[in-house]
Amino acid sequence: MSEPSAVSGQSSAGIRFDNLSWHAGTFRLEGVSFSVPTGSYAVLMGRTGCGKTTLLEILCGLRQPSGGRVLIGERDVTGLPPGERGIGYVPQDGAMFPTMTVREQIGFALAIRRRPEVEIVARVKELGEHLGVAHLLDRFPQHLSGGERQRVALGRALAAKPSVLLLDEPLSALDEELRDELAALLKRVQRDLGLTALHITHSRHEAAQLADVMFRMEAGRVTESR
Amino acid sequence: MSSPRQRLSPFWVSLGVVAGLYLLFLVAMLTATASYSSPEDLLKALGKREIQHSIVLSLITCTITALLALLLAVPVGYLLARARFPGKHWLEAALDIPIVLPPMVMGLCLLILFQTPFGQFVEGFVPFTYTVFGVVLAQFTIGAAFAVRTMRHTFDHLSARPEDVAMTLGCTRAQAVWLVTLPAARRGMFAAASVAWARSLGEFGPILVFAGATRMKTEVLPTTVWLELSVGNLEAAVAVSLLMVVCAMLVLAAVKWVGEEV
Repeated sequence: MSEPSAVSGQSSAGIRFDNLSWHAGTFRLEGVSFSVPTGSYAVLMGRTGCGKTTLLEILCGLRQPSGGRVLIGERDVTGLPPGERGIGYVPQDGAMFPTMTVREQIGFALAIRRRPEVEIVARVKELGEHLGVAHLLDRFPQHLSGGERQRVALGRALAAKPSVLLLDEPLSALDEELRDELAALLKRVQRDLGLTALHITHSRHEAAQLADVMFRMEAGRVTESR
Repeated sequence: MSSPRQRLSPFWVSLGVVAGLYLLFLVAMLTATASYSSPEDLLKALGKREIQHSIVLSLITCTITALLALLLAVPVGYLLARARFPGKHWLEAALDIPIVLPPMVMGLCLLILFQTPFGQFVEGFVPFTYTVFGVVLAQFTIGAAFAVRTMRHTFDHLSARPEDVAMTLGCTRAQAVWLVTLPAARRGMFAAASVAWARSLGEFGPILVFAGATRMKTEVLPTTVWLELSVGNLEAAVAVSLLMVVCAMLVLAAVKWVGEEV
């Protein structure tokens, strides 16, 4: 399925939400079930506050569901900590680590896994070149533009070779021209690595550009849309 | 940003006048105190053994208190900023007790606590009442509450999102806090320690009640001012007060400078 890749990746795995429920106060998600096919780029749309980010956070392991299961590939990851799920997560504003250089941010996932320095240096170089941030490696996030931040956030998420890429409105804070450029980059990276991607957005334009499969979230339920 | 015309409107001018009058009042107060003392008075006061002891004791106890306060304020501030749990509002209110209670009452509470069986048990290991340890504990009781407030404010202003990302990258929550959040909170930590230090330097009531005012033993700078005033030595009291003003201004300047480095 995957084309010859410019950057090394890990084998892809699909995502499955199986009868998932979650509630906080009056807000509820009930019986959410849907699957993202292996190696596809899925876009999830829905109104602000409908629970899209919550769903993504449950998939990341940052929130625990009150019922149901989350599967990545054949693996039930519902009870696993976030770092053991094999996911790469890119939030809306990039969520840069404020005191680390771009080099440290991209190498973070490998450093925390105590990988050899030589492997970290090689991976940072590889991702830096592939994502067009090789010239920024010694900069701190406060000296990066919005687009550069998102590229770095993407590199950081990809460093440990995840099988699934989760993107929470990654382009919403960018101007239109940059948005198209980054959308093209996201699609290229996802194809090159054969990743399964789940991307949250409000933008129909963005969805049309990126989606292999599109989902809509309404009233606590997710349905596939055309 | 307001335009020059807006800045000169009666509204802004009247606000400026109110702020200016208050500033003038503070400057007048400090100038009057400074002009009351002479360099000779200051040198004479600084030459007294009791006052030298009090300066050294103040600097040491305030520094220890600031470090202890920070050790408490970082985890508690983080807990208040990030966690939601039943009774959180009550905990927040309880943590403000040292700020709202009269300092003298805090000293009395400490004194009574150490008369209870629990207090007596602790005193069997570390004697607090009327000792230097008591000075630190009295300063800590109030200084820590201010440090907790500062750290909570710091963590409130730091997004939790980078921590979440760090966890998806393989960190535990503790590692994410240690590697990502605490380095970002270092200026807040400096501010919290400084606030606790400055507050401890000026602490008088609880120290007087709980640790006493024994010269060459538990006498700190505010105690010196009080002791010198009580024997009618106004020059020495003013000289020590000026020394405390200078210390407070240095701390304020440092906090401001570090804050603006962001």
